[in-house]
Amino acid sequence: MSNAPQASARAKTFRPGFMARNRQVITPLLFLTPGILFFLFYVIFPVIQSFNLSFYKWDGLGEAEYVGLKNYKKLLTDRAFEVSLWNNFKWLILYLLAIPAGLFIALFLNQTVTGIRLYKSLFFFPFVISQVVVGLVFTWFYDPTFGLLNTILEQFGLEPLNVLGDPNLATYGIILAGLWPQTAYCMILYLTGLNAVDPEQIEAARLDGAKGWRMLWHIIIPQLRPATFIAFVVTIIGALRSFDLISIMTYGGPFGSTRVLSFYMFEKALSEYGFRMGYGAAIAVVLFVIMLAFIAYFLWSMYQDEKGAR
Amino acid sequence: MFPRPIEKSSRSWQMTYQSLLPVALTLWLLPLIAVAIFSVKPDTDFTSGNYWGMPSSFEGFNNYGKVFFASDMPRYLMNSILITVPTVIGAVALSCMTGFALGIYKFRGNLILFFMFIAGNFVPFQILMVPVRDLTLDLGLYNTKTGLVLFHIAFQTGFCTLFMRNFIRALPYELIEAARVEGVAEWRIFWYVVLPLMKPAIAALSVLIFTFIWNDYFWAVVLTQGIESQPVTAGITSFNAQYRAAYHLMSAGSIVAALPPVAMFFLMQRHFIAGLTLGAVK
Repeated sequence: MSNAPQASARAKTFRPGFMARNRQVITPLLFLTPGILFFLFYVIFPVIQSFNLSFYKWDGLGEAEYVGLKNYKKLLTDRAFEVSLWNNFKWLILYLLAIPAGLFIALFLNQTVTGIRLYKSLFFFPFVISQVVVGLVFTWFYDPTFGLLNTILEQFGLEPLNVLGDPNLATYGIILAGLWPQTAYCMILYLTGLNAVDPEQIEAARLDGAKGWRMLWHIIIPQLRPATFIAFVVTIIGALRSFDLISIMTYGGPFGSTRVLSFYMFEKALSEYGFRMGYGAAIAVVLFVIMLAFIAYFLWSMYQDEKGAR
Repeated sequence: MFPRPIEKSSRSWQMTYQSLLPVALTLWLLPLIAVAIFSVKPDTDFTSGNYWGMPSSFEGFNNYGKVFFASDMPRYLMNSILITVPTVIGAVALSCMTGFALGIYKFRGNLILFFMFIAGNFVPFQILMVPVRDLTLDLGLYNTKTGLVLFHIAFQTGFCTLFMRNFIRALPYELIEAARVEGVAEWRIFWYVVLPLMKPAIAALSVLIFTFIWNDYFWAVVLTQGIESQPVTAGITSFNAQYRAAYHLMSAGSIVAALPPVAMFFLMQRHFIAGLTLGAVK
């Protein structure tokens, strides 16, 4: 497709044609077109359409009816929305535990004994498995009649727990399941980061008498900054995207206590009792706005890096 | 190296560390080990309440045989492959091009376009759900593998572009300048100079996208419905409904569903980790 600039450049060697003069603009444009078209139609336009849809009442089949801000007003008094929002907050905070936990495991495994490579990959294992399977595995792990958790609790003479059946515990049970693969991911980020830590600085610090916590805090962690940034990005996004685990483990129950915005939106928009697309879109917009705050921060950090580069 | 290399510490701590490793690993993978044990038990163990004792007989072949030959599982696995492989090819091909354009050329709006791809990649799925479902319905692709593939390609292009553009940025720019001085056409520079250098990035990205798409559940539920198009992540729920309370079969089914990305990971480990940790080290 970019044969054209080449051909025209040859034909008019003395006075370069339009294509040849603008080659540095036209070539990237041609290369970008397919990707941008796909992205516009499947990502950018849908975001705008969802914003628009949140001002309508629509069952997905008939005419959409313009209702202004009514969907958003309804959200303010919707108990289930409040629960979802609150649960999203819990997810956000507790999911961040994956970062120190991942660092801890990475420090534990950052040795060179025989077979350590295999250990590292086996520790990373949970991240590769689909969240659906992680959800199933943990559902059985928590099962009140035969689950491994209660078998262990029994051994210690403790009362059995019905984690996923208890509205006060269920969300934490799901978050714990989510932390399992997420910690593995953070671990691998930190293992790579630890590999790149400057050995001379460590030696210098050792000579100055730094060790243990002080070494970790003042010498190692500052050098792990890029790894921490990525771990932070993927963990925040992961927390706000949580859907699979909830859908598999509790389907929002018991009594709607484990809903988060992403799940509640899905439930409203495609529920068995008729589609409420407009209301669902309003929930999605709220989730999007929360996410946007983080996206803006990530982009800003990346922009700072770009300015420093070529 | 931090922490201090274990070889330099006392003999007793070395022994402790060596024995701690397998214990820690077993604890870490405990829920998974439990499922693996379930999957080789006979169903009588579950009716008689022998959940955690030794399996009374080894039924691994029987259980997995049932999953492969007496259930819809192979059909779902096939769907997953037919969704995942075209997506990987499509997304990698598109992002090689976008990454090249954004990584090599200086033009107005370059950074804005790049940030558009990144931002789009972070967007919550739910804000896309209703419009993408409508678009797929309008195209007559609802409940088809093609519908799912097209969306996945589009969405993954965001992440892939980020990845490729940064990789190309790190290539020696002098190579491209030298080619230009020689009068090599731009598309030839892409094909003969840049693309061969991108092989490691293409490998890393392919493994990564394979895993992401194989493990997708949300879009499978939103855009497909039945056995003719649903991938294995969605299929496992109907499989489980079919074998309700047959824990030995459900466990075997889950392991089969989880296996392909795991195999991919162990075969292509270096590429996989290189992909995941891109940017974790500067």
